[in-house]
Amino acid sequence: MLQGLFILLLCQLLGELLMMAINAPIPGPVAGMLILLVGLMILGRVPDGLRLTATGLISHLSLLFIPAGVGLMVFADQIKQQWWIILVALLVSTFLTLIVAAWVMERFKSKEGQDHGVN
Amino acid sequence: MELTKFWVYFSAQPLFWIIVTLAVFMLAKKLNEWAKGSAFLHPVLVAMAIIITLLMLTGTEYDAYFSGAQFIHFLLGPATVALAIPLFDHLARIRRLFFPVLLACLSGSVTAVITVVAIGHVLGGSTEVLLSLAPKSVTSPIAIGIAEQIGGYPSLAAGLALITGVMGCLLAPLVFRLFNVKRQASQGFALGLAAHGFGTAYAMQLSTLTGAFAGLAMGLTGVLSSILVPFVVRLMGL
Repeated sequence: MLQGLFILLLCQLLGELLMMAINAPIPGPVAGMLILLVGLMILGRVPDGLRLTATGLISHLSLLFIPAGVGLMVFADQIKQQWWIILVALLVSTFLTLIVAAWVMERFKSKEGQDHGVN
Repeated sequence: MELTKFWVYFSAQPLFWIIVTLAVFMLAKKLNEWAKGSAFLHPVLVAMAIIITLLMLTGTEYDAYFSGAQFIHFLLGPATVALAIPLFDHLARIRRLFFPVLLACLSGSVTAVITVVAIGHVLGGSTEVLLSLAPKSVTSPIAIGIAEQIGGYPSLAAGLALITGVMGCLLAPLVFRLFNVKRQASQGFALGLAAHGFGTAYAMQLSTLTGAFAGLAMGLTGVLSSILVPFVVRLMGL
């Protein structure tokens, strides 16, 4: 548990430092995730303590969005003025994104003619 | 009188707003169970609505709330790093389907950013709102990071990503029916890409294979978008 938290925070710190050093546009925690992934690939397995902490954090992931989400209240004015723009943009874009992603996957699957995913 | 004093003291304590956030979230989860898991009553949206109402009724500033809630918010960092574990678990599958998965992820992520920014721009949205809309298909912790990076509002971006997640779950069955998408891998991948964590949770209900592909899409989209979104947004002149 403690070991897991330590590894996660350490990777995040390394990620933040690395991105600061090379001035890249990737958020520190994402870089930390990649660093951890590379580490796990080298190690070849997930240490028990790390899996325990990670599973705990991920299973309550949605709770962690709430403090930032409540921050929407600060933007009440902008949302009031532009709510229909936001709504239309999100709806149409999400619809198109679903179509494109599913279409590309379907195309490749049928071309490959493999068994994966055909159920 | 005593009660007012009590309130003045405790509402200024970080502990108070942490407890409120946890309690409201647990309540919202119960409500969602009663509503049989309807996406409209997603626990995060319900909890946000209740807390915002509470803060407005008590005249509490967001900053005061966040001074306590930041301790929950802080955990987003390590939780994002932790997403490396499911990615590692699916590594064999990623390697096998490397090319289609990468291409689907690339085209889907580009579609997501370009369409949302273009539509928002045509309809006359302000630059800050457009920049906060840009990372909408990315899971919230990463969306927050991207918005900070490109000059949008992190909180707004997080909220819009949550709303996108709900929309994705509502639209997906329609898209799958209209375009005859039947394969579980394709359904899952589309859900995880367009609707990140919400889509993944929904896909898990369909089948574990669908869920695994959704988780994979969510992780890859997060990584790819943090490189792509700043780049595309700059190309679009924002």
